[in-house]
Amino acid sequence: MHSLSNRSKVVVNKEMTLKEKMYLPAIFGGMMITIKHFFKRKPTIQYPEQKREFSKVYRGRHILKRDEQGRENCTACGLCAVACPAEAISIVAAERKKGEEHLYREEKYAKTYEINMLRCIFCGLCEEACPKDAVYLTEELAPANFDRSNFIFGKDKLVQPIGTSAHPKTYKPYKK
Amino acid sequence: MEIFLIDKIVLIVAVFGITLLFALYSTYAERKVAAFIQDRLGPNRAGAFGLLQPLADGVKFFLKEEFIPKHADKALFILGPSVSMTTALMTSAVIPWGNSLELFDRVISLQITDLNIGILYVFAVVSIGVYGIMIGGWASNNKFSLLGALRASSQMISYEIAMGLSIIALIMTTGTLSIGEIVQQQNAPILGISGASWNIIYQPLGFLIFLICAFAECNRTPFDLPESENELVGGYHTEYSSMKLGFFLFAEYTNMFISAAIMSSLYFGGYNFPFMDQLGLPHNLVTIMGTIFLFAKIVLFIFLFMWVRWTLPRFRYDQLMRMGWKMLIPLALINIIITGLLIIVLK
Ligand code: SF4
Ligand code: SF4
Repeated sequence: MHSLSNRSKVVVNKEMTLKEKMYLPAIFGGMMITIKHFFKRKPTIQYPEQKREFSKVYRGRHILKRDEQGRENCTACGLCAVACPAEAISIVAAERKKGEEHLYREEKYAKTYEINMLRCIFCGLCEEACPKDAVYLTEELAPANFDRSNFIFGKDKLVQPIGTSAHPKTYKPYKK
Repeated sequence: MEIFLIDKIVLIVAVFGITLLFALYSTYAERKVAAFIQDRLGPNRAGAFGLLQPLADGVKFFLKEEFIPKHADKALFILGPSVSMTTALMTSAVIPWGNSLELFDRVISLQITDLNIGILYVFAVVSIGVYGIMIGGWASNNKFSLLGALRASSQMISYEIAMGLSIIALIMTTGTLSIGEIVQQQNAPILGISGASWNIIYQPLGFLIFLICAFAECNRTPFDLPESENELVGGYHTEYSSMKLGFFLFAEYTNMFISAAIMSSLYFGGYNFPFMDQLGLPHNLVTIMGTIFLFAKIVLFIFLFMWVRWTLPRFRYDQLMRMGWKMLIPLALINIIITGLLIIVLK
């Protein structure tokens, strides 16, 4: 077969030459390689004290934004759910009642908005699709859990808490 | 006489302690060397640089469950690791840890006992060491243990011959079996440098054979077939747990320390170092420096053991046997003949 990397070596079961039979030259060569590694700088990151920095475009768990007056941006249009290649998002829409204007910006809002974090591949397409500036991926990790059902994040976990501003740890504008 | 006894007891306790300390910290060094070679950092959480790690491991060993399998022979099961450990520690008695100290108008030799057959003693005791492995492997009543034990003993037999033959060539040049005397002889000046006529100069091939056999004797990679974990679980110590396992592992590291000391003494001048008599320093100071030099050599040898271990894969069993019988033994015999011829020609 043609080799892709051009680095493959053909293995032959031939008689060993005297040099190979003595083992020592090969052993010495090997030892020279390992001693080089002995003095190399180690790439280890000492976790609790040092943390690896995320990339600038890291995509973590989602957040559903509120606007400056504390109203939820999402209008339950479903574009994010359509865009999602993993079909992780499910939305139930509801109509805004009188007296709820301070809670929801648009007349239609998401009564439930769930993202299954086990299905989500953190591609960010929902963020791209949203016309209302509502869903964003943050720098936070989706934490581990013991129970599958806990990985379905509802509005309680997703919606930005009232009174918090968009600060860089929880929200990072992904769009330029 | 009583003072003599006190000297010796102090020396024995000191050597015992140092040997244990070395074995203890070899485990730490092994992990560090392995890590560094593999581009990792190794243990670094317990104490500064992880220096307390061996203590933590020791405590852990004591806290583990003592388990003896139901069908194992209880007495032999316990005897195995004990024999391993005892024999590993016994060899340190004939190694000259330094020249002599002059204290209170007395000369104290830093060798516990200078047997006139020191080398034979070392060989005898080291060969008993394999009984520990054999007994342990047999008593476990487990096929993996038994296979490991069988491998250990057959490997030991094949390599001890080559080792003995390489030593015979050394004895031919030195003319003595006492390790103390062999080290003393290496103090002779060469090219005007005192303390530098190390036997490695006269016996390079012999040293190479000895070194390879030492690896096999210590069951270190590339000859660690008795405990090859891929096919034999843990080899002869498969069934062992807690401190009994600790003893087996400890014996391995002690053996490594002792063989490093023996190689330094026989081939690398022991406590002798270049220019030792030309510095014009007081005798005691030179002795202490010599001991430090000896330990430096030992540390280098232990590092070599580890370096090789984390470089090489394991030999296959037939390769191991072929190398022992078909390569090393003939080589050692040739070495003896060449040495004999040279002695006759040069005399
Ligand atoms: S990040 Fe991708 S996979 Fe995850 S919910 Fe959004 S669109 Fe779906
Ligand atoms: S998050 Fe955006 S895209 Fe998704 S339903 Fe709400 S408004 Fe529509």
